[in-house]
Amino acid sequence: MAIIERLFGGVPRRALVGLAMLAAVLLLAPFVVSPFVVTVILLMFYFAYVGQAWNIMMGFAGQLSLGHSLYIGLGAYAAAALYMKAGIGPWAGIFLAIALAMAVGGIIGYLGFRFAITGVYFALLTIAFAEFFRILFDHIDWLGASAGYYLKVENRQENDPFNLRGSPTMFYYIMFGLVVLAFGLCRWLLTGRLGHYWLAIREDPEAAQATGIEVFRYKMMAVLLSSGMTALGGVFIAFYNNNLYPEQIFSMGRSIELLLGPIIGGLGTLFGPILGSALLVLVGEIMTDLTEGSQLAGLKQIFYGLVVLLIVLFLPGGVWPWLARLCGFDRDGERK
Amino acid sequence: MEFSAFDLFQAVVKGLLTGMVYSLMALGLTVIFGVMRVVNFAHGEMMVVAMYLAVMSFAALGIDPMLALIPIAAILFAFGYGLQRTLINRFINVPEHMQFILMLSVAIILVNVCLVLAGPDAQGVQLDYALDSFEIGELLIDKVRVYAALGAVVISALLYLFFSRTRTGKAIRAAADNHAGALVVGLDVNRLYAITFGIGAACVGAAGALTIMLVQVQPFLAVEYTLLAFTIVIIGGLGSLRGAIAGGLLIGVSEAIAGFLLEPSLKSVFSFGLLILVLLIRPQGLFGKAA
Repeated sequence: MAIIERLFGGVPRRALVGLAMLAAVLLLAPFVVSPFVVTVILLMFYFAYVGQAWNIMMGFAGQLSLGHSLYIGLGAYAAAALYMKAGIGPWAGIFLAIALAMAVGGIIGYLGFRFAITGVYFALLTIAFAEFFRILFDHIDWLGASAGYYLKVENRQENDPFNLRGSPTMFYYIMFGLVVLAFGLCRWLLTGRLGHYWLAIREDPEAAQATGIEVFRYKMMAVLLSSGMTALGGVFIAFYNNNLYPEQIFSMGRSIELLLGPIIGGLGTLFGPILGSALLVLVGEIMTDLTEGSQLAGLKQIFYGLVVLLIVLFLPGGVWPWLARLCGFDRDGERK
Repeated sequence: MEFSAFDLFQAVVKGLLTGMVYSLMALGLTVIFGVMRVVNFAHGEMMVVAMYLAVMSFAALGIDPMLALIPIAAILFAFGYGLQRTLINRFINVPEHMQFILMLSVAIILVNVCLVLAGPDAQGVQLDYALDSFEIGELLIDKVRVYAALGAVVISALLYLFFSRTRTGKAIRAAADNHAGALVVGLDVNRLYAITFGIGAACVGAAGALTIMLVQVQPFLAVEYTLLAFTIVIIGGLGSLRGAIAGGLLIGVSEAIAGFLLEPSLKSVFSFGLLILVLLIRPQGLFGKAA
């Protein structure tokens, strides 16, 4: 019961009702909407999940990572290689994927925090490592190098969730489950000791250290958790897309894509990554629709850039804190 | 693979010349950061915009990029000045990640405007002296590379004179040193900031016009140039002019050597390795002051 109290305690009733209704709608959606819409919502789930993972590091512990595509790529390649080379299914491959990403994330975190690299410099360290691995994977012939690595696609009548072979609807429910778990985990962490340590470190690392919080240790925990969770997202996206290209999966563009959601939604908030990802995917789809037939690649991205620009200008705290106030979901202005 | 020490020497000379252009590009970034503490994540995008401007002026009017760089630098100065006045000035004192997102949205817009207007294919200029080279003894060096390097050196020197000799240059340094002090003595800091951003943009604009003589331009190059500029200024010391120049030369040479010894596609591994090493051993960079 203590867990229930930590997850739901202090949340306004109307927010709980709203959350339950949203979950119900999303659970039933695949029965109602078109297959295309299912893939769009699936994309929202994916970005919400990896955004949530990124948010642990930046939103909670205040460590800016611009290289999270590294963990997606490592997770994706690890699980895909195990499946294709050794016939080990993705659910077992997850362990290697997570371990690998946590090891690399741990090294980056250790180097960064031990050598007191902060702010922009830390962000650049994360980019440098991601770029390093991008070029490295471009040259690993065993994994297809720059020509890409492909997962076997078979025509089958039934979904095979144990090997993650199946329809978008299957992935929809898996990703939905991940989003719910990540959301719950983050809520649980934030209401506990660890979460409070993180927030203290984010607000003022020196003051946190002075009050006896082992800053290095808790920053490391944020990096490890964040990188491991991100790798898990990479496993599923690998099995969903069935192809991996180092140029894409490790690119800085991917890192940026996944952090826009939480920033637009509201950095350090729990619902921000979900709302932000949903908004960004939605804007992207609308723009694709509007610019369809105009033959102008890039027009969509320009509008995308403009939307991001408008949000940073007028809602610098993110959309969710503003919306939450509007709907009365926040309790005395507290971040939820 | 067989190679001689002479080939390596030739590669190093080429790398040094390319590095001079890199230095100019990085100077733009370091000036902006040194004065305003704002990290220009749209730096490579500005570079690519300038490269397209050079392509267009060559294609439409046949202007040599060496000449076109003056109006291009002026256009980018105006762009940088306006951008600082309208957008960036409101973001001087916000957390770094907000500045990052702001500059990122500017970057996304810039690079995609290029994509819409110019298309995804590589474009360049066909100079009639593109294949000529200077011979110094046995050493063969492309004319374009020498010209580009000379242009970069001249502009870098002008920049140095501007900051050391002119009243505006000194005022900008004063504002960078002590923001409150600059306000107290009556400097119009906002205007100085706008000029600084303009100068930073003009540097990268000139560097872009010079670079188009050496390589073709594609929209996706923007990210690479942003990363390259960052690598250089971090190695040299963010905010340090000397550091940007030394870093540019260092990266130019290390890329040339890496391209010579390894596959050319591996050349940036060297740069990123160097970057990680510098971050760990001397995070303030070779010429930076300790924080």
